[in-house]
Amino acid sequence: MAMNLKRVPMREQDPEVRRRNFNEVALGYSLEEAIEEAKRCLQCKKPMCVEGCPVNVRIPQFIAAVVDGNIEEAFRIIRQTNNLPAICGRVCPQETQCEQRCVLGKRGEPVAIGRLERFVADYCMEKGIDDEVDIRPNGKKVAIVGAGPAGLTAAADLAKLGYDVTIFEAFHEPGGVLIYGIPEFRLPKALVKKEIEGLKKLGVKILTNVIVGKSITIDELLEEEGYKAVFIGSGAGLPKFMGIPGENLNGVYSANEFLTRINLMKAYDFPNSHTPIKRGKRVAVVGGGNVAMDAARSALRLGADEVHIVYRRSEAEMPARLEEIHHAKEEGIIFDVLTNPVEILGQDGWVKGLKCVRMELGEPDESGRRRPVPVKGSEFVMDMDIVIMAIGTSPNPLIASTTPGLNVQKWGGIIADEETGATSKDRVYAGGDAVTGAATVILAMGAGKKAAKAIHERLSKE
Amino acid sequence: MYAILKKEKLAPGIWLMKVEAPFVARRAMPGQFIILRVKEGGERIPLTIADYDRQQGWVTIIFQEVGLTTRLLAQLNEGDGILDFVGPLGRASELDGLKRVLCIGGGVGVAPLYPQIKHLWEQGTSVDVIVGARSREYLILQDEIKGICNNLYITTDDGSYGRKGFVSDVLKELLEQGNEYDRVIAIGPLIMMKVVSGITKQYDVPTVVSMNPVMVDGTGMCGGCRVTVGGQVRYACVDGPDFDGHLVDFDEAMRRQRMYREEEEHICKLMDKLTEKEGL
Repeated sequence: MAMNLKRVPMREQDPEVRRRNFNEVALGYSLEEAIEEAKRCLQCKKPMCVEGCPVNVRIPQFIAAVVDGNIEEAFRIIRQTNNLPAICGRVCPQETQCEQRCVLGKRGEPVAIGRLERFVADYCMEKGIDDEVDIRPNGKKVAIVGAGPAGLTAAADLAKLGYDVTIFEAFHEPGGVLIYGIPEFRLPKALVKKEIEGLKKLGVKILTNVIVGKSITIDELLEEEGYKAVFIGSGAGLPKFMGIPGENLNGVYSANEFLTRINLMKAYDFPNSHTPIKRGKRVAVVGGGNVAMDAARSALRLGADEVHIVYRRSEAEMPARLEEIHHAKEEGIIFDVLTNPVEILGQDGWVKGLKCVRMELGEPDESGRRRPVPVKGSEFVMDMDIVIMAIGTSPNPLIASTTPGLNVQKWGGIIADEETGATSKDRVYAGGDAVTGAATVILAMGAGKKAAKAIHERLSKE
Repeated sequence: MYAILKKEKLAPGIWLMKVEAPFVARRAMPGQFIILRVKEGGERIPLTIADYDRQQGWVTIIFQEVGLTTRLLAQLNEGDGILDFVGPLGRASELDGLKRVLCIGGGVGVAPLYPQIKHLWEQGTSVDVIVGARSREYLILQDEIKGICNNLYITTDDGSYGRKGFVSDVLKELLEQGNEYDRVIAIGPLIMMKVVSGITKQYDVPTVVSMNPVMVDGTGMCGGCRVTVGGQVRYACVDGPDFDGHLVDFDEAMRRQRMYREEEEHICKLMDKLTEKEGL
């Protein structure tokens, strides 16, 4: 049989339609489409894809089960190493992980591993199929700080090993960035909620509205509340601003605030939902990452006439996933690359315009990317009524500042061993964005997994 | 759900609620605040803690019905629950080592001032208090404060009680008379805090104000609560809510506070219509 170099396409909402709704963009495979795509897998003896996966999903094995039409078995195989497949199938950057290593990719398109993972998870979720886990409680309490990807993963693994796990979440809803950050059209919230329900079935307790570092400290958890270990997965939630004039004008948002109002607080449904948001006609989003794409596409869905991505480097340097850039363009987002804001202009206290300067690429900088330098005299003004800053986030200092003995980097990241998540403080582990700075969902999950293993090794000796 | 243990009307549209929230109470300090959400679909709003009991695990909030959320909150009664209630947030007020302090509270701003007065009094600080309100019926916590300060001055805008005028009038007099304070603490409407800070700057009296801007999470994540203090951008939720009144850019803060006024008016009108319908 000739090898099919093209992957089975996945159906999507038409760009003209989806640019005005918050429903999911990608519609997923049918059973037939999934089996057809699964058949493209060469079942390599030494599968490179597995090495590319931060949680080492047994990819060829689950794909083989899909080929056989045994989706339940495929689900069981994925869940052995990945607790949140419906989420990972959607938001993992597969093109730089598993799929990048796929042998098929050398001559054609790699196997659509992410889409298959998503299919398997959705199929089983819809049918109410769950993997049976035999849990033997060992009575040892472990506390998890933050109910985002890292914390949820660590909690699931530890619960399966028999630990009495409690997650402390600052927000009123668990999920972390999956709930407040990533928009509905990329990751439906109902799905995140279902995955979290699954966690509760494993016996994990989730205490919302508790801020570790404020409501209770790590030392109190360890010394007074009887927890044998603590995993910190508090994320990187502190937004950065550029420090240019006009950033405090009405109508300037951090991407964090803009997305939290929309995703967590459902401001797009105002006044049914009580949280307001400013709906701009002309919106500029500063930045070139996934968060910038999410903010731009959300602004469009709120009814903006024109949304611009303003990025100081060229498109080739954009950290966003290709798929997100592609989707954004399809929906009509305008890309102003090699453009850097220098001032936000206001009128009566409200945003009126964005003054930018053109950039050109010079010599490579410390990140290996060519450094953008301003072109003299190229300043120009774009009329705007909303400006959203999506130029990154840094870890919240709340926990570090209230936990003596916990060492952090100069920029705020918690110092933790890459393999175990162990920190400078005994019994305290950390992982995810709180350690690395803003990264991906799957890397955070990988860190949660490693820490769970290390915590288990440590506590089983006692 | 966080149970409402007690509800009391302090003045027209001003309510006190004692809420069961052990995680907030166990570490609460004067100056800190909470964020609550009344019900599903509701907005998260910050309210300053007015009192707390660590052993019994409750905190008190005092609020004025100004927007939709505070109006919905006022509809709840003893025995009802508030859906979400998180804290304590923000930094505690720095009150250690103060010898003589002048506390100034305007309107419902007297509520967050109360735990600070109490703390100062208990640590042996000499405390003078100026309380201002629109009229007699809007004065709150007078009895509580009377017993824990050296001098209590009351002003009402219309002269229906105490002295007719503003808190700033009394402040000016006290300073003119040569009273020396190592700090003025002012909590109230932004315009009041601005005026007070302007006066104390002339007399070179260190002044702390408590900012209460728009915020979502209250933990430093959204940045919506940005306040410019001495030319630096600070987050009221994690760097504040207390700031040096001589350095705060009040004009910017007042402008930022109006950001959602249109939406607030719209949603309040909707509620009025709904209430009317139900009433009929």
